[in-house]
Amino acid sequence: MKEDRSKKYLNPYLAGFFLGLVLLAAFYLTGRGLGASGAVKSVIVQTVDVVAPTHAENSSFYSKYIGTGTAPIKAWLVFEILGVFVGGALSGAIMGRFKWKIEHSPKIKSKTRLIAAVIGGILFGLGSQLGRGCTSGSALSGMAVLSLGGFISMMCIFGTGYMVAYIFRKLWI
Amino acid sequence: MGPLVAQDIISSEWNFVIALLIGIGFGFVLEQAGFSSSKKLAGVFYGYDFVVLRVFFTAAITAMVGLIFLNYLGLIDMSLVYINPTYLYSTIVGGAIMGVGFILGGFCPGTGVCAAAIGKIDAWFFLLGIFIGIFFFAEAYDLFHDLYLGLSDPAAFQEGTRNIKVYDQIGISGNLFAFGMIIMALVAFIVTAQIEKKVKKPNY
Repeated sequence: MKEDRSKKYLNPYLAGFFLGLVLLAAFYLTGRGLGASGAVKSVIVQTVDVVAPTHAENSSFYSKYIGTGTAPIKAWLVFEILGVFVGGALSGAIMGRFKWKIEHSPKIKSKTRLIAAVIGGILFGLGSQLGRGCTSGSALSGMAVLSLGGFISMMCIFGTGYMVAYIFRKLWI
Repeated sequence: MGPLVAQDIISSEWNFVIALLIGIGFGFVLEQAGFSSSKKLAGVFYGYDFVVLRVFFTAAITAMVGLIFLNYLGLIDMSLVYINPTYLYSTIVGGAIMGVGFILGGFCPGTGVCAAAIGKIDAWFFLLGIFIGIFFFAEAYDLFHDLYLGLSDPAAFQEGTRNIKVYDQIGISGNLFAFGMIIMALVAFIVTAQIEKKVKKPNY
């Protein structure tokens, strides 16, 4: 019988060590850590600027990022996140894990999972703006440089997660 | 001496190639660790799988110790490294919203991209949600303006660049804090391994 590689994952400590090296390389090369939500923000700002330039100019949010003042880091994150997609696909292909599917607990319907996923995404998107980054940009990268904000971010994300986990347990267990 | 791009030792055209390569490394490791599965990620909140805690803390500590050594050896100019500014209430509210988003969505943005890359349809929906959420923030920015800019943060936080170090806030040295963090992580690794043995894994 052929061994099922799709269930095999890298040792988490080794994976963490490698992830730490990637993060360290990002700091050494560019002076900044990793990020994810910033890439989405950049795409939104650029899109609004093209589709509705007057609206972008008049908005106190978009106007901070458009025109001459655009920080190159924003475009950097878009390339980085494209890389995340490629890297994930590569690893998934090697391990035989690529499959179109909706992963969810048998206690809920696929539709429930998808609705929860969209709402979760909306909240994560909104929260990442107030938190000035998500789990990677604010919590992980912030902790690596020992910034107070990084630690607060991490504690609030996971702390709140634990607080509401019981309420939403049917989604997962 | 690093950081290389910030000092034009590597030209900025190469910057995007570096971004892509670093991203590939990031995504590859996340997928290898199993972060492309919301079931595995959610495990940290229900006690049946602590892979998130293990990978997250090992990565943070590896990079933290790496930066301390690079700095000690004079290989990186830490004054050019971005220190996340601390906007107290904004971060607390944002973090709390993200925490609820994590439980509902089962992903965070980075892992969502990774899961989408291996065909998880729920991850595509999660990413759609992120676009909506950030677009909503952008459009309703005036509503969040004061909170976002930390206008009601304690006075001590409003001074200067807000690049506050966690160890300064506690009042100990950076190296001592780093040492304490390693010990805490080790304890967490041992305790969570015990919990994991006792909690039944959901079967799907």
